[in-house]
Amino acid sequence: MSRSIALRRRALLGSALRHVALLLIAAFALLPFVWMVVTSLKPPGEILSSVITWWPKRFYAVENYTAALSTAPLARYLLNGVIVTAAIFFLQVLIALPAAYALAKLRFKGREAVFTLVFFCILIPYHALAVPLFVMFHYMGILNSYAALILPFTISVFGIFLMRQFFMTVPDDLVDAARMDGISEFGIVWRVMLPTAIPAVTALGIFSVVAHWNDYFWPLIALVDDAYFTPSLGVVAFRNQEAGSNYGPLMAAATLIVLPLITAFLLAQRRFIEGITLSGMK
Amino acid sequence: MAAIEARDLIKSFRGTSVLKGVSLNIADGEFVSLVGPSGCGKTTLLRILAGLELQDAGEVSIAGRVVDDLEPKARDVAMVFQSYALYPHLTVAENIAVPLVMRRLTTAGRLPVLGGLMPHVRRARKGIAGEVATVARTLEIEHLLDRKPGQLSGGQRQRVAVARAMVREPKAFLMDEPLSNLDAKLRTQMRAEISQLHRRLGATFVYVTHDQAEAMTMSDRIAVMMGGELLQFGTPDEIYAEPVDIRVAEFIGSPRINVLEARSDGQGAASAGPIAFSLANAKPQGEVVRVAFRPEAAELAAPDTGLAGRVEHTENFGSDLFVHVRAEGAAAPVIVRSRPQGRRAQIGDHVGIKVAPDRLMAFGGDHKRLAAVAA
Repeated sequence: MSRSIALRRRALLGSALRHVALLLIAAFALLPFVWMVVTSLKPPGEILSSVITWWPKRFYAVENYTAALSTAPLARYLLNGVIVTAAIFFLQVLIALPAAYALAKLRFKGREAVFTLVFFCILIPYHALAVPLFVMFHYMGILNSYAALILPFTISVFGIFLMRQFFMTVPDDLVDAARMDGISEFGIVWRVMLPTAIPAVTALGIFSVVAHWNDYFWPLIALVDDAYFTPSLGVVAFRNQEAGSNYGPLMAAATLIVLPLITAFLLAQRRFIEGITLSGMK
Repeated sequence: MAAIEARDLIKSFRGTSVLKGVSLNIADGEFVSLVGPSGCGKTTLLRILAGLELQDAGEVSIAGRVVDDLEPKARDVAMVFQSYALYPHLTVAENIAVPLVMRRLTTAGRLPVLGGLMPHVRRARKGIAGEVATVARTLEIEHLLDRKPGQLSGGQRQRVAVARAMVREPKAFLMDEPLSNLDAKLRTQMRAEISQLHRRLGATFVYVTHDQAEAMTMSDRIAVMMGGELLQFGTPDEIYAEPVDIRVAEFIGSPRINVLEARSDGQGAASAGPIAFSLANAKPQGEVVRVAFRPEAAELAAPDTGLAGRVEHTENFGSDLFVHVRAEGAAAPVIVRSRPQGRRAQIGDHVGIKVAPDRLMAFGGDHKRLAAVAA
């Protein structure tokens, strides 16, 4: 009896220690974020105070957020971000799924060679392509437009690779059954492969949206006109205007910019974990 | 309903020859099993009939029409897959409806919301739902129509797969080991159900299996394949009693057939120990001839009669008792069927084996049956 209590106590202690460790790591990741949100609620005096306070003494949220939304066209930047990331993801799926299907399920000469090339393309950092792309877009006359922001990312080599790996796990019988049922090859991609691949598409979506929502490098090169600014460019333009003296509105703007991402992730997370199981096929 | 004809089919994958000139004539409404060990080419043959695989040479015709240039969907045959291959994201009803939806609705009509606005599409959808319900009733899966495949047991998935094949009333059913994922009891039950289905529909069935018992119990005719060749095509009785090739004899029948090695004396006679027989065409002296007989063609006798040996193992099936005898000159134990009633042979007993002379079969070095008479 006492032995079992001792055992349970030890298990409890171990679990408590594990949680403390996890909490510390979580805090490490979350603290800057919390600091950003708290700062966005503080008046300028408190922000620059040498005493660390975790909650504003005087609530200054309305002023900071109004300033954030009025000094720069933040709503416009957010809309640009949505348009650009949504278009990129849509086109990535449109191109990656048929390509991945061909690489995973169709038999043709040179398939392995093509797949190797796809694999090599993952190794090329996109910064290396920035200058050639810039020159190309200059001659095409599409710099400083949505097209300039979207086109370079429409073919996601990582997406093709990820989807191909997932499609490899889909039984060939399912594809053959679809052929017997009279579904065309493109029909198989959209009506059979896509619904079974929702978890993988969600994963691709998270990577793609986060990367392009936060992308700073390429928009900075491709854009001049702030009508096309994406959120990450916008927030920087913001800081320059304020010359770093007013952190409240800056942090408010930053909070507003990460908010859509966090919401989207929380919504997608459930689908991500649920997915559609492949049971019933194997 | 249709006859299926395959002529001289040749197929190889990356230099490995899988089918070496297979010809097969399947009559209208016949139930034919393609049976053989794994890798014998039976599934490839089925997939070529379905149009999922293209042969390197040869011709396939269905209902008198050469179909080599037709896609699978245009051949009007349905296939049931080993893994059932149900669409995991669709309900049972939607799964069964897919072949009809794909045939009867245009791309626009299949659109989720827009399609529902068109009156003719709505009528077609209603008709499809009615047919799905009828098929579901036939297979007793009406109560499952709203479930997803992931919520079904193996046997239920199997029925849904058959329903999806049945719903469009194809000319022929092609089945690729449809029962191999089921447990033994369910398999026996589904065997009977598929046979009944065949009788009721009267359609042509081509059934691939590696299980000789399935082939024997269900088929009108069996095609035994091995190493990419069709060894024999005949009724279960013919295949069992008159195999033309020793590999057929060894593959069909459980327990397996007994095979003894004999040597030709060069004058048209051969013998394996006390079992002697004469060959219609004399073989050179010393050439190996194999002699085979089924367990029920032999009986246990006194130790000094026939083939002598020692009982090594017994298997009691209740109705039959199979006695495994380690006999002199035999590579594997000789299996003899005896009755469980009366005095049973005990392990270690010395016994003799008497073989019914008219049930002896001789096979040459090329595996082929030899005309032979027991001496």
